[in-house]
This record gives sequence, C-alpha cells and structure tokens, in this order.
Amino acid sequence: MKLHVNGRDYDIAVEARRTLADALRKDCGLTGTHIGCEHGVCGACTVIMDGAAVRACLIFAVQAEGAVIRTVEGLAAGGLHVIQQEFVAHHGLQCGFCTPGFLMLAVAAREAEPDLTDAEILDVLSANLCRCTGYQNIVKAVSASARRMRET
Amino acid sequence: MKPCAFIYHRPSGLPEALALLAAHAPTGGRVLAGGQSLVPMMAYRMAQPSHLIDINHIATLQGAAMQNGALVIGTTTRHAAFKTGICPGPLGAMLGFVSSHIAHGPIRNRGTFGGSLANADPASEWCLVMVTLGGRVMLQHASGTRMVAAGDFFTGVMATALADDEMLTEAHLPWGQGDQWGFYEISRRAGDYALAMCLVVYRLDNGLMRDVRLGIGGAEATPRRLAAAEAILAGQAPTGPNFIQAADAAAAMLKPMTDHNVTALFRRDLVRAAVRRALHHSLNHE
Repeated sequence: MKLHVNGRDYDIAVEARRTLADALRKDCGLTGTHIGCEHGVCGACTVIMDGAAVRACLIFAVQAEGAVIRTVEGLAAGGLHVIQQEFVAHHGLQCGFCTPGFLMLAVAAREAEPDLTDAEILDVLSANLCRCTGYQNIVKAVSASARRMRET
Repeated sequence: MKPCAFIYHRPSGLPEALALLAAHAPTGGRVLAGGQSLVPMMAYRMAQPSHLIDINHIATLQGAAMQNGALVIGTTTRHAAFKTGICPGPLGAMLGFVSSHIAHGPIRNRGTFGGSLANADPASEWCLVMVTLGGRVMLQHASGTRMVAAGDFFTGVMATALADDEMLTEAHLPWGQGDQWGFYEISRRAGDYALAMCLVVYRLDNGLMRDVRLGIGGAEATPRRLAAAEAILAGQAPTGPNFIQAADAAAAMLKPMTDHNVTALFRRDLVRAAVRRALHHSLNHE
C-alpha cells in the first residue's frame, strides 16, 4: 500500500492490524510521531489527516491509504514553524514526549479556525496529555503562535 | 497493546458492505465505522474481529438532511459535523451543543453518530438524544431493512437489538413543535465519560411548559425518559421550584449504576443536579 505523508509517497507492506502510528514510525521511518497510551487517551500520536487532527493509534494504516497525512516532520520548512518557535520561547516542553502531538493538534485547530480565542485554545488542548509542563506554558505558546499567525 | 490480526475490507457501496457482513459476521466479522471505541477495544484485545468491514468510504452513509420533519443522519456522519449546526433551528443548535461534550476534538473528527449508537455505551450523548427525542434507527442486512425505535434498540450496557449481520445505516431524529431545550452533563473532566446527564426538550405555551421530554443518560444501563418528572413539569411555569421538584422526582425513580467511578448513591445526587441544571440551561444558553 501507499501512504502519502508530508508530500511524499511511501510504499509500504503492512498487516491490516498495523495502526497508522506504528506504520509511520516503523515502516516510514518517521519517528517524530510518538506513541503513548495506544488507546486514544493521551494524544501523543496526533497527526493531521485530510486537514483534521486525528489519533494515529486509532486508525489502521490501511484506512489511511489515499489520505493526505502530515506529521511533525513536515512542520519545519526552511526553519522552525511559528508554533515550534513559540514552544521554544515559552518553554512549552520539558521532556518533549507529548510535544509532536500538541504541535499537530494546535496547527490543525489554527488552520481550521484562524481566530481561536484563548478559551477555545484551552478547549482544543484539553485533548492531549502532558505530564511535565502543567500545561500553562503550552497554552501560552499556542496562544502566542495564534497571535503571530494572525498578524502575518 | 497491539490488535489481533484481521482481514480488512473497504467496500465502496452499501450492498457490497452488507454482502461482506453477511459472509463474515458468522465467523466474527464486524463493521468498522469511526473506530474510536472499537479500535481501543481491539488494542486491549477485548474485541478480536476476524474481518473488519470499513464503511468510511461509502459516500451515501455520510451526511444529514431533513425529511418529513425528522433529521435523517447517515451512520458515518462524524461528531465534528454537528459542531456548527448540521441543520437550521433549535435542533441543529442542540445537537451542536451536545456534540461538544463528546470526548475531544480529534476523537470527534473520526467518531461517528451511528457508531456511537451501535456501541451503546451508557455514557453516550447520542444515545440519550435518540431516546429523549423518540428517534428511530434503520437496521439493514443483505436481504432486508427494519426500523426500530430508539427506546427498543438499546437493551443493556453496550447491548442493542442489532443482529450480527445487520448494520445500522441511518438514524431518524424527529423534532416536535418545541423550541426550548437544555442539556447538562457531569463528568470528571472535560471530554471524559458522563457520570450523569440530562436532556430536556419542551415548548412554551403562554409561559407554561408543554410536550415535555426529559431523558437521563450515563446513570443506568441505557438512557431513558422519566415520565414522572415530565408530568411534574407539564403545564407548569419554568421556574426554579418546579425544576427542583422534577429533579427530585427523577432522582427518586432512577436505579443508578455503581461503577469504578461513582456509587449509585452518589450518582443519584448527580442525576438530581444534572436535571436541575439542564432545566435552567433551557432558559439560558449563555
């Protein structure tokens, strides 16, 4: 089967039971997508599929054939993405395990709704778990990047 | 946390899907809709389907439209599709508000209306909506179709009237003359499972409540309307004291579940609060 990830086609051979998260990591070599709980609770494996943030552990790779998938590896283009810069600036990560999921979650939300309010950002971010930061710095980073993207 | 092996099918039309289901249901074949409940159960190996029939690519099963006063919802219409009003008027507004209580954004982007009904989790918001509004589901198999009232469809905790070789293909949601609605859900944190929730719908006739429908979910094995509480409200003004009376009646007549989250005793209190707050919400959606 073919997976279309970050603008590139990957020809892979997988069992039907292989999740999209595992296929990205093990078959495409894209280990930026992290696997936490493997049952849809933590959000570490969040990727963008056809424009929407989804849990890659709750979709089988075979289901994603024909879809446009974006992972954290596709964010930076000629330098870090605005949201990555703001995560650095606001100390939005400590161990970094949950970070790819939060980045993709926030990017998808921002692209779907350019004028996210702080309350909406909080609601969006409630989907994912972080066990280091206490969330405040993640909220600040996303909020700052939303402001910056609005202005540019 | 890896699912058992299965054979994957991706039919592009309903007849093909129903034929596959008829062929494989006897040996453990199942329908895969949004997969936001089934796939975790497979990861835990609580579910071990031999075949999965993926219905996400059947275009005719997606979307919703009004037909004869009822909203007909295709089974793979995703929760996220309800966010901004899937239909005009109070029904669309109510469904949008209720949908925001279903898990989190990424789950709502994949999870489906029909999948939630077929899964029949006691904490499912859509199951409560269906029962409270008196909805019906269309169940199809390779050689026929039947319509079942929501009240008869849910038979227990994650148990329904659906036969192994049947697929839930449509949900029909009627909307009466009423334009007042209120919803309140109590859960441990945003997006978590409902411990108790209440949906109330009625119309105001010269300041008095008529055609009251009051449903409770998350508290018993299946959602249900509470006729005694509805009777207390019918013909009365929507005031705090009347709301408290109805909430007390609802809590008294319920037989709440005890589970790992809360005891039946506590849940009875949660139901009382959910009813009162849903009724107040019907007066003020801010």
